[in-house]
Amino acid sequence: MKALYFAWVRERVGLGEEEIAPPREVKSVADLVIWLKSRGDNYAAAFANEKTVRVALDRSHAKPGALIAGANEIAFFPPMTGG
Amino acid sequence: MPLTILRVQKEPFDSAAETAPLLADCGDIGALVSFTGLCRDEGGTLAALEIEHYPGMAEEEIGRVIAEAYARWPLEAILVIHRCGLIHPGEPIVLVATAGRHRSEAFAAAEFLMDYLKTRAPFWKKQHGDAAGGWVAAKAEDDAAASKWG
Repeated sequence: MKALYFAWVRERVGLGEEEIAPPREVKSVADLVIWLKSRGDNYAAAFANEKTVRVALDRSHAKPGALIAGANEIAFFPPMTGG
Repeated sequence: MPLTILRVQKEPFDSAAETAPLLADCGDIGALVSFTGLCRDEGGTLAALEIEHYPGMAEEEIGRVIAEAYARWPLEAILVIHRCGLIHPGEPIVLVATAGRHRSEAFAAAEFLMDYLKTRAPFWKKQHGDAAGGWVAAKAEDDAAASKWG
């Protein structure tokens, strides 16, 4: 699946987007965050305060408990500040 | 069928010119409400705002908020334009306009659209200038404003 990062999440990860292939036991958004944090200090820094990072699955807002099976695109970003 | 205009763009816009099409075909509109959000200079310390967005989702999420406004109020037209990229003090950032038979639905829907856009549409502001504030933090009062609509 494609992972996208925006704003300070993007800056801390050091990437705007990447292809990821999480293992089968990674089922929910929360599982995926744990897996990402294990991949390096940059991910650990981006997700240090998990509650401040929002998620979208296939361009719709999602909760940490949402299942990622079947999703093509997951995005991580800070609380929105548009308008 | 109500008229919907939705755009995300880098270019500045003229609010008066953009709202004119909402009134072009409708003889039964009694109220037009428009809100323009502008870039402040923060007491002279801000050189520019940089707005990052999530292309695709930004348009889709604004579309969902517009659909929700149509479900709540009988409106003849809704327009939302949101800029991205570099924005200088004095320039417009966002334009929301609503048109309906009466002022109550037009006022309410315009406020609802702005409250929801601020907390749901994937845009992020970064400040450039002497203050060098970096990424703008989300405000609790924006969440409170959005939650009042239930």
